Amino acid sequence: MSGTITKVSGPLVVAEGLADANVSDVVRVGSQRLIGEILNMTGDQASIQVYEETSGLGPGAQVVTTGMPMSVELGPGMLDNIYDGIQRPLPEMRAQSGDCIARGIDVPALNREKKWDFVPVAKPGDKVGPGDVLGTVQETSAILHKIMVPNGITGEVVSVESGEHVVEDVVAVVRDTKGVEHKLTMIQRWPVRIARPYQKKYVPRRPMNSGQRIIDTMFPIAKGGTAAVPGPFGSGKTVVQHQLAKWSDVDIVIYIGCGERGNEMTDVLMEFPELKDPRNGEPLMKRTVLIANTSDMPVAAREASIYTGITIAEYFRDMGYDVAVLADSTSRWAEALREMSGRLEEMPGEEGYPAYLASRLAQFYERAGVVECMGSDERQGSVTAIGAVSPPGGDISEPVAQATMRIVKVFWALDSSLAYARHFPAINWLTSYSLYLDSLESWYTQQFGEAYMANRSKAMHILQEESELQEIVRLVGQDALSASDRLTMETAKMIREDFLQQNAFVDEDAYSSYAKQFRLLDIILRYDVLCREALDKGADMNGLFAIDAREKIGRAKMADAETFAADYDAIEAQMKDEIAKVIAGGEEA
Amino acid sequence: MIKEYKTIKEIASPLMVVEHVEGVTYDELGEIELPSGEVRRCKVLEVEGDRAVVQLFESAQGINLAQSKARFLGHPQQLAVSEDMLGRVFNGMGQPIDGGPDILAEAHMDINGLPMNPAARAYPAEFIQTGVSTIDGLNTLVRGQKLPIFSGSGLPHAALAAQIARQARVLGDNETFAVVFAAIGITFEESEYFINDFRRTGAIDRTVVFSNLANDPAVERIATPRVALTAAEYLAFEKDMQVLVILTDITNYAEALREVSAAKKEVPGRRGYPGYLYTDLATLYERAGRRQGKKGSITMIPILTMPEDDKTHPIPDLTGYITEGQIILSRELHRKGIVPPVDVLPSLSRLKDKGIGEGKTREDHAGTMNQLFAGYSRGKDAKELMTILGEAALSEDDKLFAKFADEFEKRYVSQGNTTNRSIQETLDLGWELLSILPRRELKRVKPEMIEKYMPKK
Repeated sequence: MSGTITKVSGPLVVAEGLADANVSDVVRVGSQRLIGEILNMTGDQASIQVYEETSGLGPGAQVVTTGMPMSVELGPGMLDNIYDGIQRPLPEMRAQSGDCIARGIDVPALNREKKWDFVPVAKPGDKVGPGDVLGTVQETSAILHKIMVPNGITGEVVSVESGEHVVEDVVAVVRDTKGVEHKLTMIQRWPVRIARPYQKKYVPRRPMNSGQRIIDTMFPIAKGGTAAVPGPFGSGKTVVQHQLAKWSDVDIVIYIGCGERGNEMTDVLMEFPELKDPRNGEPLMKRTVLIANTSDMPVAAREASIYTGITIAEYFRDMGYDVAVLADSTSRWAEALREMSGRLEEMPGEEGYPAYLASRLAQFYERAGVVECMGSDERQGSVTAIGAVSPPGGDISEPVAQATMRIVKVFWALDSSLAYARHFPAINWLTSYSLYLDSLESWYTQQFGEAYMANRSKAMHILQEESELQEIVRLVGQDALSASDRLTMETAKMIREDFLQQNAFVDEDAYSSYAKQFRLLDIILRYDVLCREALDKGADMNGLFAIDAREKIGRAKMADAETFAADYDAIEAQMKDEIAKVIAGGEEA
Repeated sequence: MIKEYKTIKEIASPLMVVEHVEGVTYDELGEIELPSGEVRRCKVLEVEGDRAVVQLFESAQGINLAQSKARFLGHPQQLAVSEDMLGRVFNGMGQPIDGGPDILAEAHMDINGLPMNPAARAYPAEFIQTGVSTIDGLNTLVRGQKLPIFSGSGLPHAALAAQIARQARVLGDNETFAVVFAAIGITFEESEYFINDFRRTGAIDRTVVFSNLANDPAVERIATPRVALTAAEYLAFEKDMQVLVILTDITNYAEALREVSAAKKEVPGRRGYPGYLYTDLATLYERAGRRQGKKGSITMIPILTMPEDDKTHPIPDLTGYITEGQIILSRELHRKGIVPPVDVLPSLSRLKDKGIGEGKTREDHAGTMNQLFAGYSRGKDAKELMTILGEAALSEDDKLFAKFADEFEKRYVSQGNTTNRSIQETLDLGWELLSILPRRELKRVKPEMIEKYMPKK
């Protein structure tokens, strides 16, 4: 089925003679066979968004439809790999076309030559349905890849092969209820714009441990939850995303670089193979899939990239894994949507964005969640979706940020004034929120006792109070405050500097376990309690603020992950001791 | 055989419609021949059936619909490149204007370039010493980085950019260095300032100048940075040179883009700029970088003037989202007589972390950098409080911080346009300033470092 181009305007191509093509079909355009997707049909005319640069394309050139919607290949070989927005592996593209991305390159997403050791799980005679595991492949040292029965096939296993196979080899034959035999390989295809099915969805109740103190303790996110990281440029969005990709306690991380900097992707590519997962010591790259559609790559493929990413995430979720999808940045995706909408001459909504912006965003985030997977073994998996938002001028009243805020449950608001003061992560503790606090509270209480969440509320309360007191200080000066208020400000400063600030580039501080977080905050709050008692006993305020233990608390976050408990005990003892001395000194005088 | 069309149907500068065309493709370069024999250039923006919408690079003045001829050249705009470009001056479209001969091309390259494969990039990690403390010490530039200067009308960005071009060097390295300078819609005087500076220091022999001045056609400016970057890519990746690209002024470029977009009647985005401004700017900025297995590199310093000094204006805003940091000049510091008036708090280099530290600069670099930032930020807050409430309202610590902020501006930031400080000098100066602060407040530097580097009183 082929048609002829009648119009070319940037990434938008109109072709006629495609009456039999379907909306959303992938087409190959021109003699270079550029990849495109049909957006609209009018009579036999199709409007096509082309995922590659269209320079040199003109009327008369041929358009061929593949008859298939935009799909991804799912199977072993995705981990430890880097793809462009339409799932073409970038290292293979480099081998074919050199340092720059030439056009019309056709590379299969999964390596066709690599052999995998397929270990059968199902036996001939087993009754299987969609999602049932046929066998497993050790994809990387960290991840066991489960080969599942594709959607739509139910029946009896006729045969299974074991041993070394390439992805296209038949590894199992299933005879369905009508007697048709399906030859199954290790590859599944799935259209990216459609969510993969599951049996049942649950409310998320387990937190995702990120090792970041402001996130885990103050604004936690649940596994299967959604979060947004908005902030102006230079506020550290990308560093927050990288930290989450590195330290989150999920099984798989899908990192989508959507319209962002090329060097940032290179950074991830170079750093992740070196970094070790704190839980199992494996290189982080072994659990990561990177999707890189940098800002200079074609804009239409940027639009597709977040769907490619979340579909791969759903596939791993279906194996029963916890997956995190990090999209940096959804604003660039929205801009790609706006650009295509403008070329289609659609009626614009707010700020030129198409009217369907909010519903598309909602559809994306709704693909996150904790589910009971397809298959009969009742395994559960989750997809956690975290999107960066880059609002123009840092002003979150713009459409993308607003539409995102309506959907996501966690909001980590980055603040440029914090970034200027080099307070990182620059997440503002007054404007951020997490709606998972209630559903996660029972987990925290079960694990660490009631003190964990109680400490959190107390710390938040002190920070709130500080912001009110700061107003007063600004008007009348610090001397007008009572000693107790001065102490509140001092404690708040400790919470900010000694607890919330976390240096992503210092090894000792980049990851903080729950236990370490809890103890650190506990010491600071203990200081507050002891000083308050001391003030009641008439101790000298400035003496309390100047005790030597304060400097030790300031450096406590650098304590070694293994031996921190002993260090913290020592600091606490010293602190008690010194405060007692200040009290005694006050009584003598 | 190239066909000629006498079917120009419509001209609404800078757009022109040619009908009954055959075989014309998107983004193709074209020429218009006027009755007088004068030839002007254009490129195809859209083709629909036998109708082509083209964009003129020069003025439409004098084009006669009936007698002018249009022809299409069958390829996008290209630049003839060769090593002989060094030391030459070209116009904004890449044609020599210094009276010298045409370039004997070693290759013809498409000025749009191709996106660099992220898997082929090499991460920028080599420290460039610019001799400017606020950059070397606090916002370190590395090879292959794109670090713009955000300036305002009347601020001395040209002096800072020229100083960087003059002083920049990679420590312990003797690679060939080249400068590609693109004047985009700036005045003759500003352009001469740079060229004279290159001439004075002898850098002119290693410099390629592309010049589109304020009175040159505005639409040509859309091509100028692309032409310049094509030359830079050739020198860097074919000829193994370390290329520094200075693009000034990006604001003029974006305005030319807006002009064409408005003529095409596109739905405008913020402040009338087209919705694809981000993508368009990215296709320029992302051409900076290093590639694996290649010796050369492109380091880019775009300069832009922020309208009304507003950092949230679309041009600086979108630039900041693409580039790897920014150096911001401050009018307040300029008024105080601080040279260069770099506003260090909102300035940032995203790639600094990989370019500093032991083996690159010095082990204490990261710690002192963070401490100086934090100290200056707190000092500025204290000074603000002091102007409202008077000095008596400050705590003893805050008074020290206020003093620190003053000294920092006077000694660290204000170094003048001719001082070339080595990184050791910059770091030592940092320690000297930190010694003003109470020791217990120095939480961001390791105690061992304090022992080792803090000057003993």
